[in-house]
Amino acid sequence: MNAPESKDTFKVVGTRPIRPDGVEKVTGKAIFGPDYKASNMLFGAIVRSPHPHARVRGIDTKKAEAVAGVHACVTGADFPTLEDTIIRMGESAGSTTDMSQNVMAQGTVFYDGHAVAAVAATSQEAADEAAALIEVDYEVLPHVIDINDAFKQDAPVIHKDQRQTGLGEGEKAGPNVSTKFVMANGEMAKALEGAAATVSEHYSLLPVHQGYIEPHACVATWKADGKIDIWCSSQGAFNIRMLTASFLHLEIGRIRVMPLEIGGGFGGKNSVYIEPVAALLSKKSGRPVRLAMSRSDVFRATGPAPGAEIDVTLGADADGKLVAADVTFKYSAGAFRGTDAMTGVMHAISQYLVPAFSVTGWEVICNMPKHAAYRAPGAPQVNFAVESAMNELADELGLDPLDIRIKNAVAPGMPSMMGTPFGEIGLVECLEAAKVHPHYSAPLGPNQARGVACGTWMNFGGPSTASVSIAEDGSVLVAEGNPDIGGSRASMAMMAAETFGISYDEINVTIADTSSIGFSMMTGGSRTTFATGKAVVEAAQAVIEILCERAAKMLEVDVGDVEWMDGEAVSKSAGKRLTLKEIAVKSGATGGPISFEKGVNPLDHLPGYGVHICDTEVDPETGHVTVTRYTAVQDVGRAIHPAYVEGQLQGGAVQGIGWALNEAYIYNKDGTLDNAGFLDYRMPVASDMPMIDTVMIEKPNPAHPYGVKGVGEVSIVPPLAAVGAAVGNAIGKPMRDLPISPDRVYSAMNGKG
Amino acid sequence: MPPTAYHAPETIEQAVNLLSGDASARPLAGGTDLVVQIRSGRAAPGAIVDLKRIAKLREIRREGEGFAIGAAVPCTALKDNAALAAAWPGVVEAANLIGSVQVRNRATMAGNLCNASPAADSVPALVAAGATCIVVGPSGEREVSVEQIPAGPGATSLKSGEFVAEIRLPGPAKGGSDAYLRSIPRTEMDIAVVGAGASIALDGNGTCTAARISIGAAAPTVLLVEDAGKALVGTKLDDAAIDKMMEAVRAACNPIDDKRGTAEYRTAMAGILAKRVVQIACERAGGNS
Repeated sequence: MNAPESKDTFKVVGTRPIRPDGVEKVTGKAIFGPDYKASNMLFGAIVRSPHPHARVRGIDTKKAEAVAGVHACVTGADFPTLEDTIIRMGESAGSTTDMSQNVMAQGTVFYDGHAVAAVAATSQEAADEAAALIEVDYEVLPHVIDINDAFKQDAPVIHKDQRQTGLGEGEKAGPNVSTKFVMANGEMAKALEGAAATVSEHYSLLPVHQGYIEPHACVATWKADGKIDIWCSSQGAFNIRMLTASFLHLEIGRIRVMPLEIGGGFGGKNSVYIEPVAALLSKKSGRPVRLAMSRSDVFRATGPAPGAEIDVTLGADADGKLVAADVTFKYSAGAFRGTDAMTGVMHAISQYLVPAFSVTGWEVICNMPKHAAYRAPGAPQVNFAVESAMNELADELGLDPLDIRIKNAVAPGMPSMMGTPFGEIGLVECLEAAKVHPHYSAPLGPNQARGVACGTWMNFGGPSTASVSIAEDGSVLVAEGNPDIGGSRASMAMMAAETFGISYDEINVTIADTSSIGFSMMTGGSRTTFATGKAVVEAAQAVIEILCERAAKMLEVDVGDVEWMDGEAVSKSAGKRLTLKEIAVKSGATGGPISFEKGVNPLDHLPGYGVHICDTEVDPETGHVTVTRYTAVQDVGRAIHPAYVEGQLQGGAVQGIGWALNEAYIYNKDGTLDNAGFLDYRMPVASDMPMIDTVMIEKPNPAHPYGVKGVGEVSIVPPLAAVGAAVGNAIGKPMRDLPISPDRVYSAMNGKG
Repeated sequence: MPPTAYHAPETIEQAVNLLSGDASARPLAGGTDLVVQIRSGRAAPGAIVDLKRIAKLREIRREGEGFAIGAAVPCTALKDNAALAAAWPGVVEAANLIGSVQVRNRATMAGNLCNASPAADSVPALVAAGATCIVVGPSGEREVSVEQIPAGPGATSLKSGEFVAEIRLPGPAKGGSDAYLRSIPRTEMDIAVVGAGASIALDGNGTCTAARISIGAAAPTVLLVEDAGKALVGTKLDDAAIDKMMEAVRAACNPIDDKRGTAEYRTAMAGILAKRVVQIACERAGGNS
């Protein structure tokens, strides 16, 4: 199933139709997580810890239960005791006991905002009043937030007997170290000695939140037959089902999750926070229960991506060819272990061919919310450090920063960090396109400077299911198990339309609930258009085969004589053709309903690469940074719907610019989060941004019927270093610590940085 | 929890009676601070006295050469009053930096003043402009300067039952104008890390005849920096005078280190912004002479 050589052979793929869910969403009619209401439902409220670390000596719910309208209270004691098992969820994984404790504390609270109890009542007001009356007796324990402090041997112990993986034999690490992960090749130290130029620096970043606009919300009902219905938005209804079943110790089949429209996830809605709590409140009260987070809850108890402390040493020969790379980083994990240190190692230098390298990633537990995946999880932090060092190396050698990258870029056939050869990747094409882009040679104004960086994300494939059915009038229905986050209804409809040879408008796409379609891994890892798209295409091809068989019957010809062309079954020998509608109308007489459900598990996805060019202007008196021009170049495989691909490039760039300039988790000395709202958690606003120009390099993935490569995550990787380099070049001092807030730029300009 | 009572009086007298009769009552103008505080649990007034039905408080009227701005006039309405916008462009701009357009369609300068945030955007501009306010209460009416209202973060000098009914701006001095700037990490939807307002008057020779400099978010309350103004009066705003003015501004700063900025950065920026607002006010004043 090789991708056609020329895009011109496609009729639908590569066009820009309006997404089917678009008007509903922009007019406020679409039903998102917080919008859903069940009849007779109760309203829940969660009590959250005001302490970053404390033992819960007791919880008294008597006063809360006496409030008029209160029907149920739940605490950690209502959760079953679990055996610790590791659950894999695509680009992340976690332990069941950790994740269950994260949903509700079971004896100890590990961060400001950690859930300790919940209540359900007939009104939100009554629930809030009752929640305030739940008395929790805390024994406050020493806490630690900062990565370097948490890493120390004598740091406050967060989990007694912390499971530590990856340590060498006899190697001792501090009590909060959860993971050490190393990838190495060649004789690094020797190669560094022989280098003509080296750069060795330290870089740091603070945790940042995914910043989705829709807070987490759900309605759950524990029914009389012991089965549970859950309505919520998420990046994967099947993930919500599996995690809720694990935490409540139930068979998966007892839980049915109805996906609602999602208002942003960016990795942060793979986790489960409130659904099991709502289910337990429903079990106790006998009524459906709604739980919804406030914005402050979202900041305090969900999400952030790891902060990092990173050391990078790069060595190159006189021509700028890398000879060695030594990278060691520490990532924060929050209260429970995660997986970003591993993906961080895998993406540290994977854009370059380096003969000798050693990359070590440490993960450190600290008293912050359990970190969650955030767009290319683990990659942007280490990329910021390595790409910044690469820019410094280019300066030292007097090389153009794109030229030094072209010299070292990985290309098809070269070995990856793991030694396996790369497939049809497009980094070199991206670098060359950036170099000839008018932006790269455009003149700069006073106080302006330019920075570049490149980055990669491995992308993913994995299990997905799609079904295609033909209604009795010939309407084509597609059902998928992946939520529509970046326009997947549209892209699935386009791939189905292309396969059937009919128009986009003739395909009707539904996001099915977990009991109505086979397993589909979450929407994450930039996998959906690739893997679920493959399932849709293969289901459509199977339906076409059925349609040809039925047409053969109707035309009384051999099935081998029937060919599917432009939405019709064509019999050359009979000189006749039957439309999809004509076949569907007669399906009752030719064998019954026409449908096919296809499960796939492709792992022949390809990594994506991006190169970003950023111009900034720095106010020389105040340190304010304005991004004046920005261009994102990316190998996108084949853009099924180019407008949405461009949107992914732009969205990732904007999030990366926010990460670089102003976003950060800020904790008080007492370990509570000081900026749990959009006022002081400074995400960019629209007027902060220039138009993000995009260049799509289309180098198709031969393993996908339409050449798809994942596009959603690469674009958040390069901005951090591109912005950092632009600001650094503007003020003549490298910026090695994010965020590059005005006061930091001011300090650097005045010799205090 | 008993629900909060809501009153919508139609006269100032009724509002005064409601507020002085209930110590837990709070006046409501735009509600962009009070309603947010109630929702987040930071305020729990027993009653709300909505001032927006009082016709007089919804007006901007000429008061001699100057202007009287009712406590319920939203910030966006200030822009629509051409005479006000021409006379006090800095005040009108400052009030229209608060929050978002949607917020400014409700928010008022009187509310911004009585919320008593040291970072309130309209307040340094009003202080620089020499604005006063009419305070009404059980013991009648009094006129006080704007800078006398805030007593500390979140606290005012208003007595029980009192509220600000009106803000009064004088007529602009001949050859005078004003300006306000703030430092925020973003371009909008933010709160001043530091703010500065200036009101300047120049004679025909370009000599400064009057100057008032005010800074926000640099101390527990918005400050009128009298020494900064004095440094400019009688000069042609040469570099030495500007440096002296900036030094006076920095000396007056008593900021905190917090999530929005460091004390050191705030102090440095107060000087820079003061220099810039003096420049803008002068350019505008030049056009008025």
